[in-house]
Formats: sequence, C-alpha cells, structure tokens
Amino acid sequence: MSTTFAFRSMRHWAYQYKRAWRGSVVSSVISPVLFLAAMGVGLGTLVNHHSGSSASLGGVSYIDFIAPGLLAATAMQTATGESTYPVMDAVTWGKTYFAMMATPLGAADVMLGHLAWIGVRLLSTCTVYLAVMAAFGAVRSPLALLAVPAGVLTGLAFAAPVMAYAATRRNDAGLAALLRFVIVPMFLFSGVFFPVTQLPAVIRPIAYATPLWNGVDLCRRFTLGTATPGASLLHIGYLLVWVVLGVALARWAYRTRLVR
Amino acid sequence: MSGPAGGGTATLLARIAPLPPVSSRAWLMVERNLMVYRRAWLIIVSGFFEPLFYLFSVGVGIGALVGHVTVAGHSIGYTTFVAPGLLASSAMNGAVYDSTNLFFKLHYAKLYDSILSTPVGAGDVAVGEITWAQLRGLGYSAAFLIVMLAMGLVDSWWAVFALPATAVIGFAFGAVGMAATSYMRSWQDFEFVQLAILPMFLFATTFYPLSTYPRTLQIVVECTPLYHGVELIRALTTGVGVGPGLLGHVAYLMIMGLAGLAVTSRRLERLLLR
Repeated sequence: MSTTFAFRSMRHWAYQYKRAWRGSVVSSVISPVLFLAAMGVGLGTLVNHHSGSSASLGGVSYIDFIAPGLLAATAMQTATGESTYPVMDAVTWGKTYFAMMATPLGAADVMLGHLAWIGVRLLSTCTVYLAVMAAFGAVRSPLALLAVPAGVLTGLAFAAPVMAYAATRRNDAGLAALLRFVIVPMFLFSGVFFPVTQLPAVIRPIAYATPLWNGVDLCRRFTLGTATPGASLLHIGYLLVWVVLGVALARWAYRTRLVR
Repeated sequence: MSGPAGGGTATLLARIAPLPPVSSRAWLMVERNLMVYRRAWLIIVSGFFEPLFYLFSVGVGIGALVGHVTVAGHSIGYTTFVAPGLLASSAMNGAVYDSTNLFFKLHYAKLYDSILSTPVGAGDVAVGEITWAQLRGLGYSAAFLIVMLAMGLVDSWWAVFALPATAVIGFAFGAVGMAATSYMRSWQDFEFVQLAILPMFLFATTFYPLSTYPRTLQIVVECTPLYHGVELIRALTTGVGVGPGLLGHVAYLMIMGLAGLAVTSRRLERLLLR
C-alpha cells in the first residue's frame, strides 16, 4: 500500500465523475434548496406558529433547527449512495476493481482511493449545503464553517463500513435492504426533523447510538453556535471509531474479495 | 412476430381500460413477475415499510411540533393531515419506480425481446406490466390504509373509496412514467425523473396545506398531478370537503393516465417491433 497508488485509484473515480457530473448537480444543489424551502420554510411556518414548539427546539426557529440536521443527513445519503451501488458495480457487473488489481495497485490502494474520492464528494456536497443554508439565513454562528468537516466526518463514518458490506455482496438485494431498513429509519428518527427526546424512552438509546445522531448534533451545535469542546470531542471521537473500524473491515473485505 | 393482439379494437380497448386485461396473454406477464418476485419477496415487502416509517416519524415527532392544521375551517391533527398525503405520494413513488424499472428490462435484460418471440404481443406486454404495477401498488395502499385505521387516522366512511383512488393515482403516474421511460437514453436521464418527483413530494400539500403559500405559488401547486391525488385522498380519509368537486381530481388523473398509456403503447411497439 502506498499513498501514491491510492491517489491513482482516486483519480479514476474523479475522471469518471468528470463525465457524469451533471446528474449529481441535481442531487447536491437542487435538493438542498427544495428540502430547505419545503421543510424549513413551509413546514416551519406551521411549527413556528404552534405554541410550545420553540421550547422543545431549544428556542430556535424550525429552519435553524432542521437545516444542520439535513446537512448531516445529506452527508450520510451521499456517502451511502457512493459506497453501495458503485462498489457493487466495481466488484460484480463492471469489475472495475479487478481491472485496477491487474496494475501495481493493491486491494488496500483500491479501497482507500475510492474512500478518498467519497471524501472529496462529501466535501463539495457539504460546502454547497452550507452555502444554501446561509442563503436561507439558517446560519447563526461563524462556527458553522466547522459544520463542513463535521459533515464530511459523518459521511465517512457511513462510507467506510458500507463499502466493507457492499464489497462482500453477490447481488444488490442486501443493498436495497440496507437503504430501506437502516438508512431511511435513521434519516427519520435520528434528530434531523425533531429532537430525539420526543422518541419513546425505549428507542432513545438506539437513536443516540447512531452515527447520524452524533453527526446531526455536532453540525447543529456548530451552526447554532452552541458547541462545547467536551460534547463536540465526544461526537468526533465516536464518529472516528466508526471510520477506523469501517476502514479496517473494508480492508479485510477488499482483500478477501479482490485477492484470490 | 406480433401476435393476434398486435392490433385492432381489442387491443385498443385493452389499452384504454387496462384493468381487467382483455387479452388473457397479458396475464402471462403478471404471472411472470409474480414468479420472479417470489425469489425477491424482501424487495416487495420492504417497499411497504418506507411510507410507514415516514408516518411513524410524523406521528411521534413532527406531529407534536405542529399540533393541529386548519383545512377548510376544520381543525385536524397533523398526523391525520399528513397520512393521506403520504399514501398518495407512496402510490406515486411506487408507480414511477415500477415504470422506470422498465428501462432495465427494455435495454439490459432484453426481457421483452424474448417475450415477443412468443405469441405474447407488445400490447399484452404494456397492459400486463401496468396491471402488475397496479396490483402491487394496491397491496401497499391497502396495507397502509389498515395501519392508518389502526392508528386512528381515518375519520370518515368515505375512506373506503381511498383504495380505488390510489389506483387512479398509480395509473396516472405509472402510465406517464412508462411513457417517459421509453424516451430515456441512459441512467443519467433518471435524474430528471427525480427532478419532477421530489418537488411534488415536498410541495404538493403533502406536508402542509395550500393556504401556506402565496396565491401565485398556489396556482403552480394546483397544476401538479400529485396535488390532485393528495387532495382527493385527504378528502376521503378525513371527510373534509367531500363533494362532486372530487370528480375533478379524478378526471385530471384519468386523462393524464390515458394520455400516458396512448404514448406508451405506441412507443413500445416502435421500440420492440422495429
């Protein structure tokens, strides 16, 4: 394994992206605008008129509450999108990884290069999201700039373990199940749309244990300007555990699948 | 190559009224899908859970933040308000998903090429695929309605018409979705489908009433097909605003579906029997 080789594998994905970037503009630019307008402004009108909601949201308007949550959730979705079907394709239908393995690149280079590319995609997606948030006036602190690396970290906490999972699959049935039974429920119940405290006490610990909730809370404290070093470091540490474990699993999965 | 059902008034009828299929051969298409999905039942079952998760999320969380919504002078609990919106949206999503699946079968699996070497005709394929998508959609909608009933989110006996209403929505979006799919060149084109579906899901009064918008935006929203689907289902499950006006929503969706079906049959014949 070497960083030069991993960088070469990353350039493959960058080169491919250059030919099909238009589609991703829809998902990474237009969808934040639509979500913030519909949920933040539209639904926000109803929420802000309801007495008592402001207190449960910590005294902020609904758009200020929901926007950082959506940033983290978008990072999760971008990361999962990039680490499911593209990985599946590279080990089964298109066999791109095997073509890479026919060069001096090793399994770890192939994996790290792809993960690094997902990191680049996350960086651009989160930056765009923060800019859109600012345009909607949903940024309350200069600390919000830290929400971009926080979003990237959240995304990587998903990308690495999901890559490990996808690389072991023979067909895409498992990926569809992952999206529907893990990613969608996390999106809906991890504090993006409403505080986790509103969940039944039995489910709450599960929500707190999700990487998404940690990412949401981290980003939210940055954009609202309520971050404390202790809580932030705890979230960052927890997300890093997912990244490190994910990378270790992915290295094992790629070696098993690609080296015979 | 085209079977007895390749042309004539019988197929035309089958095209205009896809349920029940006139040609018995269209059922073979349905049977084929049934056999395929017997091995991938998880995909079928999982499709039911997504709208359910949304409903729970609204019920347990967002509903408490919003409280009540006023529709035509009636105060309605927020979960009761959103549930029919989710039902209509999931009927739309399911129909569009199924119809875009056609792209894979058409260009990658080359499924229809092999089917057309049998006595099954292009018309049978179109009718059979739409029937299958409708049956699947009806299954999801019925299950969702039962959950709504169990959660106490159905306020009116008119709700018995909600199930056929979801079929109308499924028909409208399925037919137009298939027509659009027949023009697609690559997977990248599907981003445009998302570009039509996502704004409708978010803005067509699924999550908040039309009165939230300024008048100019209201007119734009009123033009979208999902708006008509959502309003139709919401009136039926809440009982608020039930009247002859609902037939206007039905007419809008039926015309859309028939137009989509006409384009689809023509395009399929051109694509398959060139």
